Order: sequence, then structure tokens, then C-alpha cells
Amino acid sequence: MENKIGVFLCSGYGIAEALDIEALSEVVTGECEVPFCVTVETCEGAGLALINEHIAREGLTRVVIAGISRRRHPAPVFPPGVVVEMVALREHVVWCQPPRHEDTQMLAEDYLRMYIAKVRKEEPPVPFQPEGPLSRDILVVGGGIAGMTAALEAARAGYEVRLVEKSKALGGWLARQHRSIPTRPPFRDLEETGIETLVAEIEAHPRIRVHTAAVTAAITGAPGAFDVILKPTPNGTPNEEVADQFRVGAVIQATGWRPADPREHLPYGRLPGVIRNVEMEEMIKSGKPLVRPSDGAPVRRVAFVHCGGLRNGERPSYCSSVCCLTSLKQALYLRERDEDAKVYVFYEFMRTPGLYEDFYRRVQEDPGVFLTRGEIAGVELDRGDLVLTARDTMLGEEIRVKVDLLVLAAGMVPNSADGEAIRALEDAKAASVKGDSEGVRQEAAAKAERLKEHEGTAILHLAYRQGPDLPALAHGFPDSHFICFPYETRRTGIYAAGAVRQPMDGAASREDAAGAAMKAIQCVEMTARGEAVHPRAGDRSYPDFFLQRCTQCKRCTEECPFGVLNEDEKGNPQLRATRCRRCGVCMGACPERIVSFKDYSVDIVASMIKAVQVPDESEEKPRILALLCENDAFPALDLVGLHRRRLNPFVRAIPVRCLGSVNAVWVTEALSAGFDGIFLIGCKYGDDYQCHFIKGSELAFTRSENIREKLEKMAMDDARVELHQLEIAEYDRLPQIFDAFSAVIEKYGMNPFKGM
Amino acid sequence: MSAEGKPILVIGGGIAGMTAAVEAAEYGCRVVLVEKEAYLGGRVLRTHRYFPKMCPPACGFEVNSRRVRENPRIAVHTLSTVKAISGRAGAFRVRIRRRPRFVTGDGYLDATMAAGLTATRADEFNLGMNRIAPLYLPHPMAFPAAFVVDRESLSDADGAKLLQHCPPGAIDLDMAEEDLEIEVGAIVVATGWRPYDASRLDHLGYGRCPNVVTNVMVERLAARDGPTGGEIVRPSDGAKARHVAFVQCAGSRDENHLPYCSAVCCMGSLKQVRYLRDKNEGARATVFYIDIRTVGRHEDFYHELVGIDGVSFVKGKVARIDEIPVSRNLRVHLEDTLAGTARHDEFDLVVLATGIVPNTAELPTGDGQVPFPLPRDGYGFLAGGTLGDGIFAAGCVKRPSDVSRVTKDATAAALKAVQCLNGRR
Repeated sequence: MENKIGVFLCSGYGIAEALDIEALSEVVTGECEVPFCVTVETCEGAGLALINEHIAREGLTRVVIAGISRRRHPAPVFPPGVVVEMVALREHVVWCQPPRHEDTQMLAEDYLRMYIAKVRKEEPPVPFQPEGPLSRDILVVGGGIAGMTAALEAARAGYEVRLVEKSKALGGWLARQHRSIPTRPPFRDLEETGIETLVAEIEAHPRIRVHTAAVTAAITGAPGAFDVILKPTPNGTPNEEVADQFRVGAVIQATGWRPADPREHLPYGRLPGVIRNVEMEEMIKSGKPLVRPSDGAPVRRVAFVHCGGLRNGERPSYCSSVCCLTSLKQALYLRERDEDAKVYVFYEFMRTPGLYEDFYRRVQEDPGVFLTRGEIAGVELDRGDLVLTARDTMLGEEIRVKVDLLVLAAGMVPNSADGEAIRALEDAKAASVKGDSEGVRQEAAAKAERLKEHEGTAILHLAYRQGPDLPALAHGFPDSHFICFPYETRRTGIYAAGAVRQPMDGAASREDAAGAAMKAIQCVEMTARGEAVHPRAGDRSYPDFFLQRCTQCKRCTEECPFGVLNEDEKGNPQLRATRCRRCGVCMGACPERIVSFKDYSVDIVASMIKAVQVPDESEEKPRILALLCENDAFPALDLVGLHRRRLNPFVRAIPVRCLGSVNAVWVTEALSAGFDGIFLIGCKYGDDYQCHFIKGSELAFTRSENIREKLEKMAMDDARVELHQLEIAEYDRLPQIFDAFSAVIEKYGMNPFKGM
Repeated sequence: MSAEGKPILVIGGGIAGMTAAVEAAEYGCRVVLVEKEAYLGGRVLRTHRYFPKMCPPACGFEVNSRRVRENPRIAVHTLSTVKAISGRAGAFRVRIRRRPRFVTGDGYLDATMAAGLTATRADEFNLGMNRIAPLYLPHPMAFPAAFVVDRESLSDADGAKLLQHCPPGAIDLDMAEEDLEIEVGAIVVATGWRPYDASRLDHLGYGRCPNVVTNVMVERLAARDGPTGGEIVRPSDGAKARHVAFVQCAGSRDENHLPYCSAVCCMGSLKQVRYLRDKNEGARATVFYIDIRTVGRHEDFYHELVGIDGVSFVKGKVARIDEIPVSRNLRVHLEDTLAGTARHDEFDLVVLATGIVPNTAELPTGDGQVPFPLPRDGYGFLAGGTLGDGIFAAGCVKRPSDVSRVTKDATAAALKAVQCLNGRR
């Protein structure tokens, strides 16, 4: 069936006062040859209802509504199957340009041409339907507090769960605790761990299958269809048998933590009686009387030293969040067992955030617990006593205490593996043998040596080009980089939860695990509907690869921030569509332009660029193309309008899904079409990147070398292409950025290709 | 599995409520989101930057607004509060009261249409630090992007003028409050927090000395769209702040005020030290603390400031703040607990790190308004996650937490609501 295009021109919102609507209509029906063009007063409420009536009556399938920004629409709804583009004439033209001006009119006309060109090429997305059966089951790796909670929460929501634990029993550190820190008001009393009840509930749950003494040997596939192979670990180490294999829809990694090694200057392992908090917990849990390792005398005096593990010289690399609370808890154990026990706690900062302050206060009230800020200057063994010297205390003087036990509050190290580092190690090892020259081989060998610590660390064993595990953030935690999106993951459908992803206490782990369970079941449901997950949640488009033209350059497989694309032996990309987040980075990477979405492609954007009418040089009206990130720089245009800031009238803006989706050909197309300059504006990149597609923005900057080469071939100066980083809150920088470009035109003149 | 049954009610449209709403809706549930203000975003939208990334909340808010706007499963009611809940899990009946916006949605509005009106109103978005016209868009990124009329501050003459300036039918000054009855399967309470009332901190000079401000005010001062266009200046004379004291635990960890720790103020002040150093070149900052609580990966954020020239940390609880006549500078009195000495330092601006108080005042709690009492702890927080079968708390109304923890908690609360619906299909 042939598509029927319709254009609606909105005359309200001050648009008719600023623009010649009749002339716009001329452009639509005359030049663009769109037979159906109607003027409406508004495009919200009753106006929108009228538009929908027209769409139905005329059988329109491709619609352009030129009125207000889609962002400022209250939830626009259109008939299914109809492609609708909304042009923000009000925000992007009327509000930031002088009314009834020739340039203002030209800008509005160009936006109409561009969006008409766009809907001509656009197709409504068809949701991806993977081959083979989809699974909605959830795999949880790790049977500690986070893993058990995630399993139970997903099961309670109605999902089948596989819970895999490498040791012989569920429970993790929770099972090794005597009591838990308080989780409920009044936050004063230690609580039962509740481990027996929790394990019993899990083991009895009809939807949870527990696999103890097992680890994941391989996870292949993608969300909705991850195929998992487990291997047994009968004696702690895995053997090569297959314990089980099954398909799941999503994965939760809750592999927890291990205690850190204490600081060098504290004589852990060198003096008897110097132990870590985890060992203290074990001793108490055993129920045996506490005795000094040196001479078996009863323990009456105990000192706790905080930040006992995670310090690098004097500077803690991170705080493990729970050690302060654990020491306070263990101080109470001692006091409850022996009313004459003396406990000393030395800390730098007492970290009992939030409502845990009440627990701290309760310990402070105990006369047998002496709490002070202080640094340990030395520890000696004197006739069975440990003699501690502390300085920098609140008493202002150096103090010495004799104790029977010294407990180091050792921190948490994540049981994680850095998937990307493991991949880099493998690549370096391969290059150290197969490298083209001795130099390359040596360099690769040196790199492999640097990455040696990652050897054999894989946990999940994902079949992903980007490595077998989640990528790690700082300090080895596979955490989200986003404050407002803590479940953002770079491997779609695989969520880290609990202490593996950041140091946290048991209560926080339970909450985190429940949240991860939510994301996991949400991912399988969205996958089943053929929708993308965050941040393009609900997007039903997905990339299509025209593989006949692929040259196996591997740019797309290497650059995909989410590890969507595996490679076959020849280097062809293998799409795992349900891993895809629809950013289009692959589309931007491809030199052969074989990647496209139904509603977003190299051709669609190129058509929009070519639709712009570029005046002759003699008219002295330059044309500048702005390719703007749809999350920050493009909505910033709305804010520029809202504040009635003047914008350079020669700029033509096109939103892109991510700056990483910008294909270099758009730049050459624009220059060939006579554009005088091009802006690429994306999100902030670097360590504190704000790009929602991780490195899309950064890629655009690294790829700009490629663009420079193309410009050179065209004998153009690279000053004609500018890259900027802009966050939405900096909308007021946009007018300046655009205006500053006139200096470039002054220097290099107008584009010599104009009119050719 | 998707729950096509009754919707989930989310009370509160801040980051917790928005997160709970979009997570549940993207899963497949219908959601009714109720917000008492005219816009979504709550406190987070009034924050200039997040710690530790120093990124603008507007960026995530843009994503979340799109997720709400484009998801047909979410219905948003602004200017609305929940007056009564009855029934039980799986079949709650809820009465929502919607205050009038006085704007019909027909015909477009513009801030210029309020020109010539005599009345102004305190700009609540900027914590009352400036005044605006009674026809206003609450914030440039306000969602929904709709104007509001402050009917109460309009005189009859102003009202007539406004009707004259606005397109016919766009304003309806006779619009009345209305009640809406809906049925829902589960409820998430995410009514958030408010800052502790600093005027109770008389000894710290708030209200008495104009150059004593609060941490939440500094967020607005630092914002480009704030009352000073992003300048951190002294309220008394508009001069750029040069020497600033950050007073931690202002009313927190204090038996006379809030005995608990608000969990975010340490990071908040360290972040504001950075604002100050970025915006006011050469400005010096002193942080007075009891403990620096930069938990987890936030530790780096503290250590990056230690040892920097112009930034100092003094352990001690501030006892009193006095204004110095003429200069209107402040004298901060305290005992430095590490040095064991008394200090009386002079500053030109003091920032009180005031804590988090749960917002529960507008929740229905009376007899016949709720099917069961919502359990609170001694401080008013909705203790624990599950408030009763089918009603769950999320975010700062449950416990003081930072944004990252709040969003995790809200995602977990969405799961509880989903479990409630799925179990009753």
C-alpha cells in the first residue's frame, strides 16, 4: 500500500504572527508535493483530536505536525502504524527568531522540508521477535543475602528462578553472622539473622531451583534467551562435568564480597591476637569461650581499629560502609557476654549514617565501650598483652591501652571479574604471539603482564565479544555509573546486586536485590514485547545489518558499548538484538553504511540534510548543520526557545540518538550539499561521562580523525566541523556556540561546493 | 506475566515516585502517579548537581520525563493529594483531590501575559528567594509543561487583567477543586522529604542573620535558573561569598532537634565547597563536622578536597553563630575537638547543613481514611518497607538516603507492588 503523507500546520501559539503560514503551506503542497496540508489552531487537546480525525478520515500513514515541541506535549497519542513527526516550530523557530523575517521563514520552511523527507523514508518499527523459545526465568548467581533475596523476590512475583551457589550451602556471609545490625526502629537492638527461615523458604519455594556446589561454566545468548551451563564444584574447585543446562531470560549477579587484607603496618598475621572482624564474628558464632591465642587466657579487653583493610598508605581508597557498624555490633557481643569486658574503638570517622545513628548512640551509652577518634601508631606484644599506642585522639594526647585481642575492621573487596580487562588480556596474549613485528609482540607481552591479575578470574563466563563478565567501574565494582539510574547495566539483562557492586550492609543488599529482581523481570517482559530497555525504554526499532556488503572491519563489534555484537570466524557481526539498546553507535561506526533502523538510518538523516535549501553564495546566508544528542543538546534547544534567546537563524538542527550514531557520511553529504559548517554536540565524556550510551559521545570525538581525513580529501578545512560537549542545564551556551561559528566562515569563506 | 489488572497508585512525583512509576509501567503495569505540586521532579529537580559525578539532575529528569510522557500506561495527576484509602490489597479505593490549576489547556499561555499585574508570589521552586508573577511555569523543564495561576494572590482587578491578556478560554478563574475516585491494586508511598526548619536553629543565626543560609538554598543559588543566575552571593548585599563556613549536622545528630543523621549532608556540603571554588575564584571554605560520612565510593570525593589550599576541615560541633555589625559577617563559635581549643572564626557566609524530615503531613492517616495505620518510627519516617498488605514506602519518607539509594529503593518498591498485583490476577 502506498504511503499517504499529511502535514498539519499549527497557526496558534503565536506561530501565525511570526510566520507566513500560507507560504509554508505552499512549500508543503507545491515544492514538496504533499497533497494533504491543513492548518489547525493548536496541536494539543481538541486540536490533537482534530488532527487524529483527519488522519483517520484521509487514511494518512505518514504525518508531520508543525507546531509545538513533542517534549511539551502532554502524552500525544496517535493511531497505531502511523508515523508521526512533530516539528517544534514554536520553540525552535518562533521563540528564538525575529517574527516575520525572511530568515525566520526560511528556517521554518527548511524544517518542514526536512521532516517531510524524513517521513518519506521512515517505516513504523516492527518489534523484534527472536527465533526459538523465549524464557522468562531468572538466573541468580550467588547464594548470599543479596542472591537469596533476589531469587525469592523474583519468585514471589511469579517467575521461575535458578539460584546458583558455588559452596555447598546457601547463606554466604549472613550464615556466618552471629547477629545482625538493627534494621528496624528503634535501631538499638541486635537482630536474629533470620538465615534459617530464609533458606527454608527458598528451598521450599515451588518456583526456585537451588544449585549448590555449582558455578556457571558458560552463558551464551541474549536477554530472553540466555543459555546457561553449570558445572559442579564438589570440592570447592570446578570440574569439567556439566551439572545442568537451561535457558533463562535475565541474570542477576550477586557474588558478594571477601574481606580485604588489613593495612601493612598493622601486625595482622604477625602477632597472635590480631584478627579481622570476620574472624571475630566466627569466634563469637562458634559459642566457645573467647581466649587469647598467645596463652589461652580469657579475653576481657578488646580493641577495634577501623579502616583496617582498605587503606593505601594513609589514604583509604574507598570506605566499606559497614565496618563501623560491625565493630559496634561486635562490641555489644563482648559486653553482653561479660559485663566487665572493656572495649576500645579507634576510628577516624564514625560512619553510622541515617537511622543507624540510634544504634551508635546506644553503644555510646554503654560505659564499657570507649570510643575515640585515633590513629594506631604501634602494636606490641608484652607478656601476652597487646599494647596499642594511639595518637591524634580527641583527648589530645598519645594513649596506650593493653588488650587481649585487637580486631581490625577489614573492609570488603568485591567478588567480581572485570570482563573487559579479561578480554584485553586475551587479546594481548594473542598479539604477543601473532603480532606482525617483534615490537608489536613485545608491547603486547608487556600489556599482558600488566593485566596478569585478571587471568582466570572469570565468573559469569559470558559469550560476549567484550569479555566474559560485566565491566568493572572503580575499584573492581561492576556498578552503574549513573546516580539516577543505579540499575543501568552495560550488559543488557544482566544486573549486579548487593556488595559485589558497591560496599553495602545487609539491609541495603536486600533492597538492592529486590530492585535488581524488578529490573530482571522487567527486562524479560520488555524483551518479550520486542521493546528496548532503559534509556530508550519502549523503543521497538532495532538495527538491521545488510551483511552482504559487510567488509568485516569489526568497527561495530568493537565499538558497541553494550556488547551486542559477537563475531563469527570471518569477523561478520552477529546481531544479538535483545541485547541492543538502540543507540545506533554501530550505525555511526559502519563505513559501508549497512546498519539501519526502520525509523533511523544513514539514509533518513542524509535525506533530511539534503532536503535543506541552501542559498547561493551571493545571498550571504550560510547554512550550518547541527547534529544534536536527543537527550541533552536537542532538548536544550527547547529551553533556548523558552527563554526567548536568539539563535543563529542559519543553523538547521537534527536530533541524533547518540552522538556515537553519527555516520561520517552525513558530514560529507552536508558539505557536498553546500552547508558551510557542521556542529556535532553530544554529552560530556571522560571519567564522569554523562552519555547514556556510555561512550557514544566519546566515540564521536575519537572518530573525528576519520572526518578530518574526509575533509582533507574534499580540500576543506577541518575548522568547518566542530565538536562540543553540552549538558541540558547549559542550554544558554548553545546560542554562543552557534554564533561563534561566524568567525570560521569569515576566515574560510563560504563552502566552495555551494550550488555545484 | 505482565499485570494487566488494576493500576498501582504512586503517591509523590519526586525521583522516588517517578522511578517507581516508570519501572512498574515499563514492566507492564498501569500506574496512577499523584503529585501535590504542579510539576514532577520534587527536590531533585531543585538540586544544581549530583554528588559525586557533579552532573546535572536535569539530564536524568529529561529521560524520566520522556519515560512518563511516552508511556500510555502512566496517568499523572499534579496538584493532587490522596485524601482517603479504603479496601484492601488488590482492591483499594482511593479518593484523590485535585486542586485547580486555573488553566484549561485551550489556548496557549506565555509569561508575558502576566505583565501589568500588581500581585507577585514567592517562587517556591527557588525556596522563596525571589518573587514571580501569579501566572507562571513552575520551572523551565516543568513536566507537565503547563502554566499555573496562583488564584489566591490575584486581586479582582488582577484577575480581570489576566483574563484580558490571555487567549479566550485559556484561563478559568472559577475552576474548582475536584475529587476523583479510583480503584488500585497496590500503593507506593513516596512523598519524600523537606529540609529541617532552620528557623528553629536560633543559636545558629538562621532568620536572625541574613548571611546564614541553608544547604538547600545554596543549591538554588548555584543553579543557572536560580534566583541569582547561578551566583553564590551573600543575601545581605549581593557580594560574592569569599569565605564560607559549612556547618554540618545543623540540627542533626542532636537530641534537641533531629537525633538521627540525614546521610546526605556531608556529601552535599563537600559538593557545595566545589560549587563555591568553581564559581568564586579564590574563595575559601571551612567545613565544621562531627564525622565526615562519605560512605562507600564517595570516600574519594572527600579526599580530593583534603589538603587543598583554601579548604579546611575542623572537627567540632558549632555552638553559636553571631552577626558582626556593619559587615554583617558571621562569627562562628565552637570547640575544635582535635586541638582541644575554642575557636571564634569569621566568615562572610554560613551554610547550615540542615537535615531531612519525612513528608507525611498530607498522607491520609485519620480514622476511616486508611484501612490500617501506616507504621511510623519515632521520627515520623514510614518505618520498614511494607506499611501493610499492599502499601509500600519508598525513598526519603522511609529513611534519609541519597538519590542512588532512593532510586534502588523505589525500584524495589515497584517490585513489591507488582508482586501484589501478580499474586491477585
